Amino acid sequence: MSTNTASSSSGAAGSADASAPRRNSKRPKYSRFTQQELPACKPILTPKWVISAFLLVSVVFIPIGVASLFASRDVVEIVDRYETECIPPDKRSDKVKYIQTTENTTCSRTLTVPKRMKHPIYVYYQLDNFYQNHRRYVKSRSDAQLKENSSADDVSSCKPEDMANGQRIVPCGLIAWSLFNDTYSFSRNNQQLTVNKKGISWKSDRENKFGKDVYPTNFQNGTLKGGATLDPLTPLSEQEDLIVWMRTAALPTFRKLYGKIEVDLQANDIIQVILENNYNTYSFNGKKKLVLSTTSWLGGKNDFLGIAYLTVGGLCFVLALTFTVVYLVKPRRLGDPSYLSWNRNPGGR
Amino acid sequence: MKRYVYINDEESSHDLYCDNRISNRKYTLLNFLPKNLWEQFSRLMNQYFLLIACLQLWPLITPVNPASTWGPLIFIFFVSATKEASDDYNRYISDKKANEKEVWVVRQGIRKLVRAQNIQVGNILWIRENDEVPCDLVLLGTSDPQGVCYIETAALDGETDLKTRILPPACMGIDYELLHKIKGVIECPGPDRDIRRFDANLRLFPPFLDNDLCPLTIKNTILQSCYLRNTEWACGVAVYTGNETKLGMSRGIPKPKLTAVDAVIDKLTGAIFVFQIVVVIVLGIAGNVWKDTEARRQWYVHYPMEGPWFELLVIPLRFELLCSIMIPISIKVSLDLVKSLYAKFIDWDYKMIDRETGTPSHAANTAISEDLGQVEYILTDKTGTLTENKMIFRRCCINGVFYGSESGDALKDVELVDAVSSGSADVVRFLTVMAICNTVIPMKSKTGDILYKAQSQDEDALVRAAAQLHLVFFNKNANILEITFNASTIQYEVLETLEFTSDRKKMSVIVKDCQNGRIHLFSKGADEAILPDACSGQKTRVFIEAVEQYTQLGLRTLCLACRELNEDEYREWSFLFKEASSNLVDREWRIAEVCQMLEHDLEILGVTAIEDRLQDGVPETIETLRKAGINFWMLTGDKQNTAIQIALSCNFISPEPKGQLLSIDGKTEAEVHRSLERVLLTMRITMSEPKDVAFVIDGWALEIALKYYRNAFTELAILTRTAICCRVTPSQKAQLVELLKSCEYRTLAIGDGGNDVRMIQQADIGVGISGREGLQAARAADYSIGKFRFLKRLILVHGRYSYNRTAFLSQYSFYKSLLLCFIQILCLWNQSFQFFQLDGL
Repeated sequence: MSTNTASSSSGAAGSADASAPRRNSKRPKYSRFTQQELPACKPILTPKWVISAFLLVSVVFIPIGVASLFASRDVVEIVDRYETECIPPDKRSDKVKYIQTTENTTCSRTLTVPKRMKHPIYVYYQLDNFYQNHRRYVKSRSDAQLKENSSADDVSSCKPEDMANGQRIVPCGLIAWSLFNDTYSFSRNNQQLTVNKKGISWKSDRENKFGKDVYPTNFQNGTLKGGATLDPLTPLSEQEDLIVWMRTAALPTFRKLYGKIEVDLQANDIIQVILENNYNTYSFNGKKKLVLSTTSWLGGKNDFLGIAYLTVGGLCFVLALTFTVVYLVKPRRLGDPSYLSWNRNPGGR
Repeated sequence: MKRYVYINDEESSHDLYCDNRISNRKYTLLNFLPKNLWEQFSRLMNQYFLLIACLQLWPLITPVNPASTWGPLIFIFFVSATKEASDDYNRYISDKKANEKEVWVVRQGIRKLVRAQNIQVGNILWIRENDEVPCDLVLLGTSDPQGVCYIETAALDGETDLKTRILPPACMGIDYELLHKIKGVIECPGPDRDIRRFDANLRLFPPFLDNDLCPLTIKNTILQSCYLRNTEWACGVAVYTGNETKLGMSRGIPKPKLTAVDAVIDKLTGAIFVFQIVVVIVLGIAGNVWKDTEARRQWYVHYPMEGPWFELLVIPLRFELLCSIMIPISIKVSLDLVKSLYAKFIDWDYKMIDRETGTPSHAANTAISEDLGQVEYILTDKTGTLTENKMIFRRCCINGVFYGSESGDALKDVELVDAVSSGSADVVRFLTVMAICNTVIPMKSKTGDILYKAQSQDEDALVRAAAQLHLVFFNKNANILEITFNASTIQYEVLETLEFTSDRKKMSVIVKDCQNGRIHLFSKGADEAILPDACSGQKTRVFIEAVEQYTQLGLRTLCLACRELNEDEYREWSFLFKEASSNLVDREWRIAEVCQMLEHDLEILGVTAIEDRLQDGVPETIETLRKAGINFWMLTGDKQNTAIQIALSCNFISPEPKGQLLSIDGKTEAEVHRSLERVLLTMRITMSEPKDVAFVIDGWALEIALKYYRNAFTELAILTRTAICCRVTPSQKAQLVELLKSCEYRTLAIGDGGNDVRMIQQADIGVGISGREGLQAARAADYSIGKFRFLKRLILVHGRYSYNRTAFLSQYSFYKSLLLCFIQILCLWNQSFQFFQLDGL
């Protein structure tokens, strides 16, 4: 790239050298810093450089975009929205009442596998319009309590779910209290498909943030029942559904890992899902979705990255073409002083 | 407000005036913290940040850790407070040193060593050679029998030549033993900052009875911070003490200049603040609405049904805190820091050191470097700025005979040398005026050579030239001047010196020939000041021709003249003069009037022509800067022809046919108006042609144009790229700067002498050349450079770099802050306006 160094910039006619006689004590000491002569480089945006830079970007970005799109297309994803379907049609007029009063909310769904899915197949639940990032919600937890049994009384930050019946709650806070409690079980051809629920949370969370000696106590005993209950005999470090839930989502639409299916599914397989529809998303019009998905080297199904790369790459290509045409049709000399503002209209300003 | 100083009277003035304690301190130990904090918080930006920082202490609303604002805020305050404190401490130390120095003061009639801080107004002080003067004194006695003492005023005005100070006539010849018994009263104006003026009167009491009121001028004073030189001792009475001295009054913080970039930054900050408020209001309302409609249904958030009374404010305040980073807290501090670095780069620059004298460039004002890159108009002085101000006597015309026309150097002209050796009366008279009509002081060096100490380079050149023509001015003993000519010594007694002022444009001396007792008036000055006063019988045409011829060559001309006075005329006039000079108000103007009464019917002796060469690199510098789109105006006190010649030789204007020079002249309103209109018309027509059109205007026409045709002249100023204004006074220079500034142009004024100070102070950027006319201009200026050619590097390198860097830094600061903030605001749309705690993750 064309460069000009600071040292070669316009200097005064009588340049002084370092050996000039030292008559004045005020005279500064010579150094390349004080004389602003440190080597420097600044690109000059000539047409050639601009066009080649744009071309380079498009050449690099377009293949990446294509590759990402293909990777995303290889991912097989089954999405089933069920929050309305799982309510009997006659009860749909007041969904909130149904979810709050009905005992047995079991519901059955049928999924068809469109393409062969290689294991592991990830099972997610997806919630819409659920603000896990709400300020009140996010703050309402006690990390110290989750970590160690000795800090079990540390519930001050958990308000309003800190105490129930005069006793502290472990795990306390709104997040734990509102734990998701829909359950799914899968079968293919009347054959049960096991869902592996081990290893669905972050390893660091299990080992460092949730204690092995912390057991749920007094949980979901309050007057208002939130979400799921926890087994009081299992330490928190093994309650992986809780650990996944406690890692709050940044956006109001989010997926959380439910488990993994460790067998391949063939195309046109029919999957029976028996689900218990317990969680109340009806009061705030939230959607619930069950998602089965494979992964590629790029993660789950997501076309955004590929499209973004293709857009930027394409744009750069178009710009490169435009500039080439402009350069060929109407070339302009570099550093032409007649374009300076005071030279454009001679005589006046 | 007048003050009456009673000499040696310890009772009366004790409490009336402050003592001599100098205090430049801004703070004391006790008031430092409150005062400094108050000062820092008087800035709007700091108040804003304090408000934000205080709001962050409220845990209910703070989205971030309060330390993230308190930290930087305290750091910034600490840095500025430390800087202030160390500056103030240094001032305290230097004050203390000055205050505790011991000086000889008369107390109860005896000389005692007293600390400088205890000197009272009216005390008599004794100063020894090479002592610093602790307060403003009026001289009462010196070791010199003629009543003269020499002082160096470098600390006061930066000029390094020795100046003479003389005893007031009333104190002349008082015995050394009696000096500390002297009693009297000095009537003087209240303290002011004018170091060139002291209009006072002295009256001594018995036994030193002298019924006359004795006028005092600055010549009779020695001011604080001067040094006594070449004089064994001097004794004087304190008139101004402490912070009321001339030096103390002229101290003080100059009004800060604001650069174009600063103004833009302030505007931007205001705009961002308004934007921030809008964002806060919009988001705050949206947040509250969302909370009331949606949040109640989000059962997992568990909203209480009843909130506190300030519930509605909580969300907007949270947004305010979140958006507070939109305004970058660091920008002022970072800008101050980099600006002081720019100034250092200018100080350090090797390519801007004047190698002849070893003077580096200096940026006295560290805050305005980036404006150097924005200059649109440069107003320059001529003498000493474009030229070297190294005067060389080249030609002369004595009584109609031209000398030096062939060789270009009159000193080598055989005819003149012959005329001198034959003792031609005209020539001798001419040389005598050259030698003694001035304020030069000859000093004998140790080797026996005579050195001339002159304040004006022209006078220096004339005296030297006279000496080379064997008429040597070799001694000045109080009022007695001694010259030698052809081995004979002639003595003159100086009766009166009518000083040079830029309004009078001439100076005269009245001398008495000690041989025959005749009184002469010798004058020298600009042709238009001298020639109209020529006696009626004399033909001045030849001199006008001479002046014209010399100015064509770009030489500076002076006319010399003389007149014999008779005794009565002089005595009558001297009475008037004395009265005028003891005037306390309008003294300068009154004196000028009285002088004019004597300076008439002059016999013109001849014309001298002095060459002032262009400085190195001036044409190239002007050419380069003009290519950069900068317009030049030359403002000079010199004559039109000389100015045009210099302008041509330094690429200021192009010669015909490429360039065109239009002149605006006229003596009356109508003439000036006509001429102005004509020039304006031509200017409009030639606008589209690639032609350099410039105009010339002289001081008189300028005065009229500015007074009556300001609009037309302003339009002309905008249209033209080059102008030459000649015969202008210092205040006109300042007016022109003001005119261009009022058209929103960035102006730079460059000059070297005292007459440029006003223009330099008026301009957006003042540049002083530390030259031969003293350092006055350089002291008043924002930047001082050694030579005109350094202006190119100052503007095109330092100015450009500074501007680019400041622009980059401020853009970066704003961009960074806005970007960070926009991410958060965009994020809020996904966050139900109830953003999560940033540090909680």
